Amino acid sequence: MEHLHLEYDVDGNNFVSAGQATENVKFCLKGLGVNPQDIRRIAIAMYEGEINMVIHANGGKAIADIYLDKIVVQLIDSGEGIANIEQAMQPGFSTATEDIRSLGFGAGMGLPNMKKYTDDFAIESTLGVGTKITLTVKF
Amino acid sequence: MTIEQVAQILNAEFVCCEENKHNEVHSACGSDMMSDVLAYVKDQSVLITGLCNPQVVRTAEMMDMVCIVFVRGKRPSDEAIALAQQKGLVMMTTQHRMFSACGLLYSAGLIAGESC
Repeated sequence: MEHLHLEYDVDGNNFVSAGQATENVKFCLKGLGVNPQDIRRIAIAMYEGEINMVIHANGGKAIADIYLDKIVVQLIDSGEGIANIEQAMQPGFSTATEDIRSLGFGAGMGLPNMKKYTDDFAIESTLGVGTKITLTVKF
Repeated sequence: MTIEQVAQILNAEFVCCEENKHNEVHSACGSDMMSDVLAYVKDQSVLITGLCNPQVVRTAEMMDMVCIVFVRGKRPSDEAIALAQQKGLVMMTTQHRMFSACGLLYSAGLIAGESC
């Protein structure tokens, strides 16, 4: 296998289905025999990203490219964008509503978690245009 | 201890996947915030929570957990049960509150485990 390319639409109106793309990617990585610790790292980071897209950006696209030595996941949304990325990266900072907190999310750990669990984390955001996050985990 | 012993200690009722009750578990984590579970948990096999939506199952699945205990007599939603059944994840519900449930399991030998 040289390269496996997977694309998913993340439904912004369906909190129940959030995480399905990550589950699929996790399943593929298991099948490929990737180290369970590495699978868990990308699964947590991608899942946080999926949840973020659902609760903050009305959904988006999740694209995973699996290579022999790494996985690269791109999470692209057309949401309102992040005004201050530095602030959003602070553990505990969140703009989530009480409704979202009551669902168990919105603790302000999403972006810090994505950075913590990946080998490379990149975020680009433009107000009114959207946000693109790129996560890389090396095997 | 086994998942069955967890159920006995907490006087809990199985909600689904009871057939997997003989699996061994060594450590646990208690939280209602899934973000915190994703942030701080490593290698724990039991999730103790009062949150009942399907994302509890997804969070447990991402963390490779094998058992979810719902405290305060809560019952997970049908969607959450269906998802857990797909994955063979054991669910049980206990009348104990979070603090008591954690204390009972800790006293019985279940550990907090290593955090990230």
